[in-house]
Amino acid sequence: MLAPIKWLEEYTDINVGVQEFCDRLILSGSNLETVDYYNKDIENVVIGKVLSVEPHPNADKLTVCMVDVGKGEPIQICTGAPNIVPGMKDFFVPVAVDGAKVPGPLHGKPKQEGGEYIYAGELRGVASMGMMCNCSELGFPDKIVPYRDKDGIWILDGEYTPGMDILEALQLNDPSIDFEITPNRPDCLSMIGMAREAAATFGTKLRYPETECKKCSPEKSEDYISVEIKRPDLCKRFTCRVVKDIKVEQSPWWMQKYLMQAGMRPINNIVDITNFVMLEYGQPIHAYDINTVKGGKIIVDAAKDGDKFVTLDGNERTLQDNMLTIRDCEGALGIAGIMGGLDSDIKPDTKTVLVESANFLGDSVRTTSKKLNLRTEASGRFEKGIDPNLAKDACDRVCYLIELLGAGTVLSTGVDVYPVPEKAKTMDVRVSRINKVLGIEIPGEQMVEYFKSLEMEAELNGDIITVTPPTVRQDLEIEEDYIEEVARMYGYDKLPTTLPRSETESTITEKQALRNVAKAALRGMGISEFQTYSFVSPKASDKVRIPADSYRRKFVKLINPLGEDTSVMRTMILPNLLDVLALNYARSNVNVRGFELGNTFYNNGKGEGILPEEKDALCIAMYAEGETFFTLKGYVEELLAALGIRGAEYEAESKDPTFHPGRCAKVSVDGKQIAVIGQVHPAVTETYGIGTEVYAAEIDFDLLYGLAKTEIKYAPLPKYPAMVRDFAMVVKEDVAAGELEKAIKANAGPLLESVKLFDVYRGAPVLPGCKSLAYSLTYRAADRTLKEAEVNEINQKVLVALKDAYNAVLREM
Amino acid sequence: MKERLKQLMLEAEAKMESISSLQEAEELRIKLLGKKGELTDLLKGMKDLAPEDRKSFGQAANEARAKIENTLNERMDYFRNAQKELALAAEKVDVTEPAIPHELGSRHLLSVTIDEITSCFRSMGFSVVEGPEVETVFNNFDALNAGPNHPARDITDTFYITDDVLLRTQTSPVQVRTLLSQKPPIKVIAPGRCFRCDTPDATHSPMFHQVEGLVVDEGITMADLKGVLDQFAKQMFGSSTRTKFRPHHFPFTEPSAEMDVSCFKCGGKGCKVCKGSGWIEILGCGMVHPNVLKVGGIDTEKYTGFAFGMGVERTAMLKYEVDDIRLLYENDIRFVKQFR
Repeated sequence: MLAPIKWLEEYTDINVGVQEFCDRLILSGSNLETVDYYNKDIENVVIGKVLSVEPHPNADKLTVCMVDVGKGEPIQICTGAPNIVPGMKDFFVPVAVDGAKVPGPLHGKPKQEGGEYIYAGELRGVASMGMMCNCSELGFPDKIVPYRDKDGIWILDGEYTPGMDILEALQLNDPSIDFEITPNRPDCLSMIGMAREAAATFGTKLRYPETECKKCSPEKSEDYISVEIKRPDLCKRFTCRVVKDIKVEQSPWWMQKYLMQAGMRPINNIVDITNFVMLEYGQPIHAYDINTVKGGKIIVDAAKDGDKFVTLDGNERTLQDNMLTIRDCEGALGIAGIMGGLDSDIKPDTKTVLVESANFLGDSVRTTSKKLNLRTEASGRFEKGIDPNLAKDACDRVCYLIELLGAGTVLSTGVDVYPVPEKAKTMDVRVSRINKVLGIEIPGEQMVEYFKSLEMEAELNGDIITVTPPTVRQDLEIEEDYIEEVARMYGYDKLPTTLPRSETESTITEKQALRNVAKAALRGMGISEFQTYSFVSPKASDKVRIPADSYRRKFVKLINPLGEDTSVMRTMILPNLLDVLALNYARSNVNVRGFELGNTFYNNGKGEGILPEEKDALCIAMYAEGETFFTLKGYVEELLAALGIRGAEYEAESKDPTFHPGRCAKVSVDGKQIAVIGQVHPAVTETYGIGTEVYAAEIDFDLLYGLAKTEIKYAPLPKYPAMVRDFAMVVKEDVAAGELEKAIKANAGPLLESVKLFDVYRGAPVLPGCKSLAYSLTYRAADRTLKEAEVNEINQKVLVALKDAYNAVLREM
Repeated sequence: MKERLKQLMLEAEAKMESISSLQEAEELRIKLLGKKGELTDLLKGMKDLAPEDRKSFGQAANEARAKIENTLNERMDYFRNAQKELALAAEKVDVTEPAIPHELGSRHLLSVTIDEITSCFRSMGFSVVEGPEVETVFNNFDALNAGPNHPARDITDTFYITDDVLLRTQTSPVQVRTLLSQKPPIKVIAPGRCFRCDTPDATHSPMFHQVEGLVVDEGITMADLKGVLDQFAKQMFGSSTRTKFRPHHFPFTEPSAEMDVSCFKCGGKGCKVCKGSGWIEILGCGMVHPNVLKVGGIDTEKYTGFAFGMGVERTAMLKYEVDDIRLLYENDIRFVKQFR
């Protein structure tokens, strides 16, 4: 919320510089975004009094003005502004004289950092000694430029001395502070609210503004209007007052300035006053032309379903049941707390107005505002919550300001319907508890002082402080809320710093530990970690050719995704990593090896309660020089070894559409399939635009948790020597090496320590369709040195068995 | 005989002096000391000497033999060494040629940062817990004291799966899970992914990471909160780091605060990283709201606690001066490899 510092000073004294003011308010709980100045890059811009406006001799759209800028002789300035027409005279404008600097933007070009200089020149052959400025040329954002001058030169309201510096004359040197108001403190969305915080922070006094009219008409508002609240559940209070003899004109500069510096556009005196009071108190105000109120009666009631109503912004809206409206005897005048109607708006010829200051239930306003998709400054404020006790003061303040500005005659009384007045809530808080939670020892008397500085009533009785906050403070409900009040007034920075005495041991879960092991192992093998979104496009499954009936298409779907590409939760990680590889490939990055270990999500009813099932998955994907199916297999085996998982079996998988039919394996441990590994099908990599072989493994990491054995027990080193037998066998191509290995192990018996396939050979003299597999078998006994004969006998048995089962022929070595 | 021996020694010394290779040395050894060598021959003639001369001649001959052997051995060692040197010289490599790489894979910057944060808190006795990314509305909002109209619940802010299930918008639901499953003393952190309806740009991502913290025990004070987080800041950003706690508001803590740390780039003087203020906002924190403790059935008179939460991306980006959050999720290997 933008608060002009001078406006705050109307309600409390500020005796410190801007920096200290901000710093201390931040520490007492009013954080701020920025401090905005309005005098940046303005130099030598002065008040000019336009003495005459003549047509330009050479251009229809230009005029030539004689302007008194306080230099004795008036200077001549040409302008093309549409609001300066021949015949106008004796009005004040900002003038950038020769050599002046303005922040811009100028002439429809983008704003230049540091501002731009203005020099004397000529326009269509006529000398022009400077520039009359519009508001945006002086750096004001378009949305706060006074309505009257938004398309032309800024015509200043009031009397000024020509030649005076514009910053002095218009008092533009003081900043506005943009406070960040948290949702629990709607009371701070007002100048008085922020002044209350400042007064508490600096120990100054809070001054409330004048609300009492001095020159009222003897007539009473009730002579004009009566009010009935038919839905007291939705409208807590309705206050209004009639003002007649309205003169709609420009507001004085001081009011325009405050509004502009608070981010609002000045429009005319009546609208400006309602906005001014809204910003001052935080209470939205609405003004109706009373002639449009039919039957002299205001009725606060819900709309009828299907009612049509044209709001102030000119849009026709269809109302529904339970939308609260302000009505007269014939129909709706406004949508309560959101926006008035076009018909009842103040017009230039309005003579009598009804000033409304009401309190509507936040939830009701929120619901209506959402349904109509219509959010306004007023609706936002009602949604956050407003103290109903403000309504009458704010209404009277509007009337006072109308009287002060001579904009109308206020009737002596208003109408105030307030069925159940809001009472201040009293609460007992414990001094000992406050000290205990904050870790300090301060006396109750000091806490009482803090509460009083925040306009609360507070009384100390032993350990108990009985506190009554002002009704604007709707956030104070429990003892902890008061603990915060003490803490911030004491100063968070002054609280001691201690460490908890709790005796706790730092642990991580077994799953976390295993993930760390897996990640470290993969990194050690040169595979980097990637992180990609948990949500993906359902089309990714098409790209990697997941069958239509696969469990991987049981998506957890988002109701409101940002787009199709992030509309379902992923069921596998491979498509994400293929995207990553594709990006790297497109950027000509070579040797890309990556993995991601993260969640996958299944809409299968197996999750916790109403939640979907979440499973950890690990995907490895790479394209790099030298990588083959077997290097990939090596990574997977080493990963499993690091996790203490033994006995993985690899079975050729030719039917997984994601993978190359001849270079893919299912990996199982203890009969459970834990992974599919292989070369990604060239048709898939082509879809991703990757022009090289990609190897990938999609691993069900959740299963590994149950299989991992990280406890290591020492195995004694062998005491007796081993005996090694090497042989090569020729078999048909379709005999899997894994099968042979199984057969070797089965026949060699317990003395076989290890078997290693050390060479695979194809080509002459091996016949086509066959291959030669060279094995090295290591035999060892734990308790003795083996004898040649017994090893030879076992080895022979193995060879015979292989010949019988696979027609394997021993090859000369 | 003595004369012949003397003559032989003189010749032998001259020959040994002129040897130029290991092979010549070996040939000379055979020529002098071999079975049919000159010295051997000479010794064979010793039997013809008078017995009184034999002893002195024998002594002289043995001395000569030893001298020749020694000298030849020295010469042979010399040539052997020279040969080895030559062989080594031939094996010389250009050490400035590039290495054959054995690259380690890199941790992702987000993991680097989470690991750093985690190790700070583990050193203070915090355990690491976690919760699901798809959460209940109850755990994400209701149990965390966020009112039914809290703006974060809006469909424009939060991704929903059903009316009651959402993508968690914060790691705070892990607080709820912990309070429901553990008894005080509780001291945990919970890193993880979170989701909010933000269109990706340089500073926004619809998915991001947080690290949550929760401490509940008897006698936990706001001073403890300050102490723990101040320690964390010093470990994470350097021992000279200062912290500033500002009042703030969160539904699930009361009192609430935001913590700034003195800028770790400029030390607080003001720079681009801290936008000139000297301070960087790092995390939100506060004393756990009694309504949250009550969800876990915890006696709020007996126990108090504090909680905190910080954005991992923000911390990582500030610390490593990464200027676009999208770099973290695009995984260009040239980016990933920078955080080895």
